[in-house]
Amino acid sequence: MNTVVLLACTGLGLGALYFLVASGLSLIFGLMDVLNFAHGALLSIGAYAAWWAATDGGLGFWLAVPFGTAVGTAASVLLELALIRPLYARPRDQILATVGVGLALPALIMGIWGADARPFPQPAALAGTVDVLGATVPVNRFVLMAAALVVLVLLRLFLAKTRYGLIVRAGVEDRAMVTALGIDVRKAFTLVFAIGGAAASLGGALAGLYFGSINPGQGTGLLIFAFVVVVMGGMGSVTGAAVASVGVGLVQQFANYYTAAGLGDLSVVVLLAVLLLVKPRGLTGRLA
Amino acid sequence: MTETLLAVRELKVVIDGLHILHGVDLDVAATGVTALLGRNGAGKTTTVKAVMGLVPRTGSLVFDGTDIGRLPTHLVVRQGIGYAPEDRGIFGGLTVAENLRLAERDGTPAYDLVFELFPELKQRHKQAAGTLSGGQQQMVAIARTLLNGNRLIIADEPTKGLAPKIVTEVADVLARAAETVPVLLVEQNLALVRRVAGHCAVLADGRTAHQGNARELLADEDAARRLLGVGSHRPTAPDPEVSPR
Repeated sequence: MNTVVLLACTGLGLGALYFLVASGLSLIFGLMDVLNFAHGALLSIGAYAAWWAATDGGLGFWLAVPFGTAVGTAASVLLELALIRPLYARPRDQILATVGVGLALPALIMGIWGADARPFPQPAALAGTVDVLGATVPVNRFVLMAAALVVLVLLRLFLAKTRYGLIVRAGVEDRAMVTALGIDVRKAFTLVFAIGGAAASLGGALAGLYFGSINPGQGTGLLIFAFVVVVMGGMGSVTGAAVASVGVGLVQQFANYYTAAGLGDLSVVVLLAVLLLVKPRGLTGRLA
Repeated sequence: MTETLLAVRELKVVIDGLHILHGVDLDVAATGVTALLGRNGAGKTTTVKAVMGLVPRTGSLVFDGTDIGRLPTHLVVRQGIGYAPEDRGIFGGLTVAENLRLAERDGTPAYDLVFELFPELKQRHKQAAGTLSGGQQQMVAIARTLLNGNRLIIADEPTKGLAPKIVTEVADVLARAAETVPVLLVEQNLALVRRVAGHCAVLADGRTAHQGNARELLADEDAARRLLGVGSHRPTAPDPEVSPR
């Protein structure tokens, strides 16, 4: 029982991390048809910026996380304005550009801070464990779950209550028609990139907490599973991404523990294949 | 024809190497309904999409003295052009109210007018637009063009696929809207054209084949058959019939 609870909490924590990456990825693809392979690099930027602020910057963990998130958000906006926007008419070049950034940024980080994992400072309040149904679960699992939940609620409020949320929801359905109502949809593009970058870089900063350390390839490693989540959840659906994140995180943890290490990662891909065979449009019925 | 509000000259559209429009000339009158006619595949929908900037285009597009030929779609609309596309362009996952709210631009949206013309939309404002009937969806599409103080409304086959009773309703609304705002109407329903249109242009194979008075054209059986492929010598019946396609 203890093991099941621990695995469930760890799986949910990992699922929370996937959601932070996948929510932005899903909105970006749903609205703009952009497959952003640089999204993992945004997570790495958030992670290293938060780590730098908490160590060399001397900011302390609670300021380092918003700092990392802000840097990642700025990088995401810059990416959209400088690289994605000029290539909207050339989708293939756009994909290649994001792949390039996705490879170059981790390499740059490696060049500056080295390939080795860097220990991520853990604040005393979050370093401990809590007892859940007899299992000893690290507190940081719950931090990730809480962060993902807050992001989910904020995103849903944004989509449901604001004019830009309305534009994003409409744009996911039919982007051309949104412009035909006199709306400059490019502003929504930049905003969605900012939101996606913020969530991913927050995920990066919290990934340091979850794994205890950060390394340059972390973002790219998580990106693969985030893509699985996006496809399963239905492109453009934030709630779908949340449900799929939980599923993927749990399946991965349980399979890795009860079968052989590494099979959990594989089982996620199998899960995706099965889901796409049964429901080709993803969990939410949107085109996957 | 009275004054020209929108002058289209030598409009050409090439998509994926295919020449869709070879040079369309079109004058949209500053009052009333201008009909854009032609057989299926003549280039009517492409012409209005090109005006809206939804497809890449070359040629001259002058709207009330302003060159709109190089403007992106959202700025064409912001010149004061409301567009109800052929497939209605409704956001099915959004409610009726959200569909209308999305169309709001500057100033005060004319909800009073919209709900007076389409009281049904007020009752159904919380309903997902995707669950509306075709006629109701068309009402949303037209309502979106009436919300703002547009200077031109472009409606692409607004009666396509609708029941005869709804066709009459849509025709009434268009006729009423045209009293205050000029309308460019793409339509295959010639009875409707005969009822509401003043000026008309006929396209054939991506070119303008004819421009003139709509009723005169439809009264001339030979010309109508030659240009539109139909005999149109019918009494000007008050009940619009769907013409053969």
